[in-house]
Amino acid sequence: MDYAEQKLKEEKVFKDPVHRYVHVRDQVIWDLIGTKEFQRLRRIKQLGTSFLTFHGAEHSRFNHSLGVYEIIRRIVDDVFVDRPKWNKEDRLLSLCAGLLHDLGHGPFSHSFEKVFALDHEYFTQAIILGNTEVNAVLSRVEPNFPKRVAEVIGKTSENKIVISLISSQIDADRMDYLQRDAYFTGVSYGHFDMERILRVMRPHEDQVVIKKTGMHAVEDYIMSRYQMYWQVYFHPVTRSAEVILTKILHRAKELYHDQYVFHQEPTHFTSIFEDTLTLEDYLKLDESIILYYFQMWQDEEDDILSDLCKRFVNRNLFKYVEFDPAKEYKKLAELSTLFIKAGLDPEYYLVVDSSSDLPYDFYRPGEEEERLPIQLLMGNGDIRELSRESEIVDAISGKRRTDHKLYYPEDLLIDDTTKKNIKEQIRTLLEL
Amino acid sequence: MLKDHAKLMQALAASGEITGRKKLQKMIYIAKKITFPFQERFQFHFYGPYSEELTLRMEELCNMGFVDEVKENKGGYYQYRYTLTETGKEFLSLNEIDMPCLEDCMTDMNEQSARFLELVSTILYFDNLDRKEVEEKVHTLKKKQNYTEEEIDQAYAYIEQLHQKAKPHA
Repeated sequence: MDYAEQKLKEEKVFKDPVHRYVHVRDQVIWDLIGTKEFQRLRRIKQLGTSFLTFHGAEHSRFNHSLGVYEIIRRIVDDVFVDRPKWNKEDRLLSLCAGLLHDLGHGPFSHSFEKVFALDHEYFTQAIILGNTEVNAVLSRVEPNFPKRVAEVIGKTSENKIVISLISSQIDADRMDYLQRDAYFTGVSYGHFDMERILRVMRPHEDQVVIKKTGMHAVEDYIMSRYQMYWQVYFHPVTRSAEVILTKILHRAKELYHDQYVFHQEPTHFTSIFEDTLTLEDYLKLDESIILYYFQMWQDEEDDILSDLCKRFVNRNLFKYVEFDPAKEYKKLAELSTLFIKAGLDPEYYLVVDSSSDLPYDFYRPGEEEERLPIQLLMGNGDIRELSRESEIVDAISGKRRTDHKLYYPEDLLIDDTTKKNIKEQIRTLLEL
Repeated sequence: MLKDHAKLMQALAASGEITGRKKLQKMIYIAKKITFPFQERFQFHFYGPYSEELTLRMEELCNMGFVDEVKENKGGYYQYRYTLTETGKEFLSLNEIDMPCLEDCMTDMNEQSARFLELVSTILYFDNLDRKEVEEKVHTLKKKQNYTEEEIDQAYAYIEQLHQKAKPHA
């Protein structure tokens, strides 16, 4: 029997707090889960630094990837099977792309990517196409299969329906992470009727559409997404931890280039600092490694690196005030000068962080937009864009909310043992 | 302080004005691929490489009053024109970023059509593939644009030319 068709003798199930069970029958999927590159995802948290705000948020990208796979499995096996416009041969492609879509995430992905200008999507493709266990499994399906999976994840495949299952404004990725992140953070947002949405999804031309009868479930999904962004993902305390994490990485890089002699050499970072990072180096990085360095760097002689690491490890985070860049950029320049006078490097201790989200956007004919809207399949077979049918969605469509905060180390600013006069001026400006 | 915002403002200042969201996206992507340190992450979308982060940052700059966005009705479709405001210029003077060859490159790209820049950015997106594969990608993913062999040749030559222009920066 073809490897692509091969089934396990008995179905395997993973207990899952969100979907109850994740079902695996395909040998290919079982083999992919067992690869070292996929197992690495157990050591990368789904929500990065959120565990410092929500103590339950310790779940990993491994959990999430299995969840995305399970949602896609339910769609292709229970909803799309035998429907017109669905090609059964795309089943395994969809399952593999769903399972592997986050494979290239690095430790604390968001901050790590920002500091070192890396891109997890690039590494996802590199792992799938490179000399890896994942590539070996996919290549057994057919030599061209790794490339096909990589192109779906990279959104450069011609197969738009499979892309839209994994990456669109209503996709398996979002449906899993909203519910999973809500469960593990313990918040009461993030819930919606996924079963209903799955039942009304239909393959249509070049994207998945939703039957009009499922519109209210989709409204609920969009609202829960909005709430999760502002209550969980953009939580100001999580952002404070991210600011510190980012600054630690910056500092380590700066010290390395300044020939600073580390007590704990940044061995795992060397190729990143020197811009010679290979896939092999990248795969060695996970959060356990990064946290080890942070532990060790607490004892470095460099005051900034040591202080920032202590803050992260012991959760002594920066405080924040609301900040309006348009009105307050001169104040920021003034604060920056005062920080220098107070002996605090503003590059590391005075940080503006911005968060912004667009809950839903739609394409307006004649405008140059690139986001694929959610389309409803009407009773008569017509297709209508969601916000034209739903007043709730229309009310929030295209409306972006942005939030800027200014982060600083309050404990150092209220310590008047040195530079009392300058610190008083800083406190006045920050209105502390 | 708001360095990533300042870099975009610098690109806008170097260009004078940029007409079209698509054009802006492609110009920043190409500049980033050539060498300039823009932080926005790009993915492949309908018109080629596209960055949600760039869209977001431009909206933030408009909300902050640093960038002026004018929506123009072109009879049948709308186009957006971006310029720096006086406040934006003042902010930039306090937060200037050193990108010496940026102006030359941005000015040059601004003189090209959005269609051509879409082709250039698509070719750069697939720069890990050999030329034959890139051409295949262009013809399958950009079927509607119907790019000719001659345009593809011109795009490759243009990429080389931009690399030369940006060299002192690299």
